Amino acid sequence: MTARSVIEAGQRAGCTPWARYLLDARRWAALAPSPGFSLLALWGEAGVAHAAFLDETRMEVLLASVAAEEGRIPALSPFWPGAALFERVLRDLWGIEAVGGTDQRPFLDHGRWPLLAPLSARPPAHSPNPPPMEFLPATGDGVHIIPVGPIHAGVIEPGHFRFHIQGEIIVRLEVRLGYTHKGTLSLMQGKPPRAAARFAARLSGDSTVAHSLAFARAAEAAFGVEAPPRALALRVAMLELERLHNHLNDLGFIANDAAFAAIHARCGWLREGLLRAQAEAFGHRLMMDRVLPGGVAQDVSAGGIEAILTALTAMAAELPEVLQIYDRHASLQDRVAGTGMMDARLVAAFAPGGVVGRAAGRGFDARLLTGDLAPRALITQQGADVDARWRQRHAEALQSIEFLQALLPALPPALPDGELTVALPARGGEGIALVEGFRGECLAWMRLDGAGGIEACMLRDPSWLHWPLLEAAVIGNIVADFPLINKSINGSYSGVDL
Amino acid sequence: MLVPKLLRNLISRPLTDAPPAPTPPEIVAELRARLDEASQARLGRSLAIRQVDAGSCNGCELEINALQNVAHDLERFGLRFVASPRHADILLVTGPLTRNMAEALTRARAATPEPCWVVALGDCAVDGGVFRGSYAVLGGVEAAVPVDLLIPGCPPAPEHILEGLLALMEANA
Repeated sequence: MTARSVIEAGQRAGCTPWARYLLDARRWAALAPSPGFSLLALWGEAGVAHAAFLDETRMEVLLASVAAEEGRIPALSPFWPGAALFERVLRDLWGIEAVGGTDQRPFLDHGRWPLLAPLSARPPAHSPNPPPMEFLPATGDGVHIIPVGPIHAGVIEPGHFRFHIQGEIIVRLEVRLGYTHKGTLSLMQGKPPRAAARFAARLSGDSTVAHSLAFARAAEAAFGVEAPPRALALRVAMLELERLHNHLNDLGFIANDAAFAAIHARCGWLREGLLRAQAEAFGHRLMMDRVLPGGVAQDVSAGGIEAILTALTAMAAELPEVLQIYDRHASLQDRVAGTGMMDARLVAAFAPGGVVGRAAGRGFDARLLTGDLAPRALITQQGADVDARWRQRHAEALQSIEFLQALLPALPPALPDGELTVALPARGGEGIALVEGFRGECLAWMRLDGAGGIEACMLRDPSWLHWPLLEAAVIGNIVADFPLINKSINGSYSGVDL
Repeated sequence: MLVPKLLRNLISRPLTDAPPAPTPPEIVAELRARLDEASQARLGRSLAIRQVDAGSCNGCELEINALQNVAHDLERFGLRFVASPRHADILLVTGPLTRNMAEALTRARAATPEPCWVVALGDCAVDGGVFRGSYAVLGGVEAAVPVDLLIPGCPPAPEHILEGLLALMEANA
């Protein structure tokens, strides 16, 4: 039986635009991987676990749920390696144990919160008493440990990296996150989506537009409303602008981690030009809180489109030269080519989204689901190394520029009443959305109570599937190449920490 | 290729922005009052910054990194980022101070030699921002270490961060 037929044999529970089915524990345990079917996310609510899958042949999302009898569900991780991290968090936040899971250690919970399982029905009080962190061992001649973090050497987010190394070579890496856990999902509960949107906007600051948009689309799906045409177009424009400024950032910082300052300086300058244009157009450099459930917070300013187009012209002129510089420097190529390779079997098993997946030949982009990207326009690379990830970002940046140059001068006019949002009714519903941010697909799911407040929700950053692959991609590389590999994947800490 | 490029760069204007307006004297006086004279003499006109993310969404980090691009060029003012708190004069702290980061921040502060400024950067670091009241946050940097300067904003733009840091510099001059 395929995973789809197992799920569809369950009881339909209703979610738009993609259906959710309630399975019994026996069927849930029978959810085995089948070709073209990948795990997007696994999360909980009080007494229930939910999983989202992507059917890559039909280009559809499919949801499955199982009741957690006495707080236990059958584990998915023995068949779906990407589920392991989600199962650790399922226990940390919702108090649901995945029986038979491949990893029973906590992840986000460091034993420092005043309560346990904060999103369960009745979280028990807890006196903070952090236990020592457990890491998987590595044995062999001369193996030693390098503990790094939570505070890192650069201006980046906190996390703990535990390296086991032999000489210069990394034998094992484990990433322990949770340092930026802010209790985001619990703060969203009970609030109407408009009020909760500012938390989605702050799940991961660099993806503020993408997560806000996923959250907005999920809310609109749950309510059965659609934003005005001009607002829809402005949101798509902001999404591409965010992809562009982050790709420029990564192009520069990857080169910088190989001590190649010229590309970093040029990309930094081009990005700054774009951020200033975004501030002029939308009143905020990162466009935070501009996308709202039901529409957008404000229209683009009078000179804003012109400012952005000017910044895009400068970029379009310079990016080909940046690629030439990148190609012509053997010292840089020596650092990036063949570094941080991802095994094809792991890529198939985890099905990572975004640049990480497409630079390893995986042909998925969430914009294909909405028709924002034509299948023939999809760009992929085969290298699966730092070089392929750099080239993928470069190609996608050029594509976003072209896309924006066509979209911005032809924005649909505002409706006669000038409204850029639709009213949200005070009623129940359930919705899900998948939006392609610069890192990959951002998933938002919510169920609303009868008064239109959030009963349960999940915001899932693409980094969930990237962190385990970072651990695998560094094996056999030298320690000094770790920053380079890490930056080429660029997982979000806050996005996963919730 | 190289010669025309060199010529072009020789005659072109720098990309870097003009420095921000001078800090108001009352702010400088207030900051100066927090340092004794010996400390002022020791720090002089150069400050080393150790950034600590105490649970931010990474928006503040984006703008702190933007301070180092060619438009803002932080180092021209004698301000630079260092890798260890042991080398730092300023701890630049972002985030609502999560419970999971409180010990790391306290340890970083203990590892920073005196005199040391602590700057709370961004609305979250000031008082917890939108995350105030969560079980997982302590609600601002002040909950764990004394703070000398607040730079609000979500996130504050690089110009605003620069103004704050230059105020500290003036207080030392």
